[in-house]
Amino acid sequence: MNKLNSCKLQFPARSVNEGFARAAAAAFAALADPTVEELSDLRTAVSEAVTNAIVHGYRETNGAVTLDMTLYEGGLLRVKVRDKGVGIEDVEKAREPLFTTAGGERSGLGFTVMESFCDRVTVRSVPGRGTAVTLDKYIKGKA
Amino acid sequence: MRITKEDGVLTVYLTGEIDHHTAKAAREQADAALTQEKPRLLRLDFSGVTFMDSSGVGLIMGRYRKAAALGAAVTVRGLTRRDERIVKMAGLGRLIRFEERKEITV
Repeated sequence: MNKLNSCKLQFPARSVNEGFARAAAAAFAALADPTVEELSDLRTAVSEAVTNAIVHGYRETNGAVTLDMTLYEGGLLRVKVRDKGVGIEDVEKAREPLFTTAGGERSGLGFTVMESFCDRVTVRSVPGRGTAVTLDKYIKGKA
Repeated sequence: MRITKEDGVLTVYLTGEIDHHTAKAAREQADAALTQEKPRLLRLDFSGVTFMDSSGVGLIMGRYRKAAALGAAVTVRGLTRRDERIVKMAGLGRLIRFEERKEITV
């Protein structure tokens, strides 16, 4: 797959950056001329992944969240969200709908939403080392 | 955030983008009003919301629990079709009533 464009962003794991991250992803995706719906899907999925990194990955420590965005020929947009936080012990469990370790105000829907708004979601995590969530989304665009 | 009360109905008008960061202030204000006013119905109005992720669902779930503990019912108004889809993923369709949906053309 030929890369058409790429972008790397790094920011501290502060909740105010959730909005920044999804706005940046939407701006990057705009190069592929996405539909309004594709943009909404992407913003929502990126928001979920970045929130997970901030709320769960760095629940005990502070650190950086990295966004690697690549646009490939054929319309594939890949957004990799990485943290160097606590990691996930049981990824399969974490991906189950409504499962959360964060209690009352978290719906436990983060991965479910990512999966329903992206074409593929891949999670790699090492406890104590961090988590990488890769969101693949085909931008078919307005054409 | 505007909050009104009329005939025992507390309406909370949410605005802007709802994520984990912004949900905190909305939650605190809604809960303060809920505890003080003790309405029979809490209506969460999303007409002014331009974005929400699953934190919006958490916000609704949390308010549902709080309202239920105080004996109040909950309705949600003005969600877009896609946001309503997210809310229903949580099974909230059985617990709360959805009023008018927001039609968007951007």
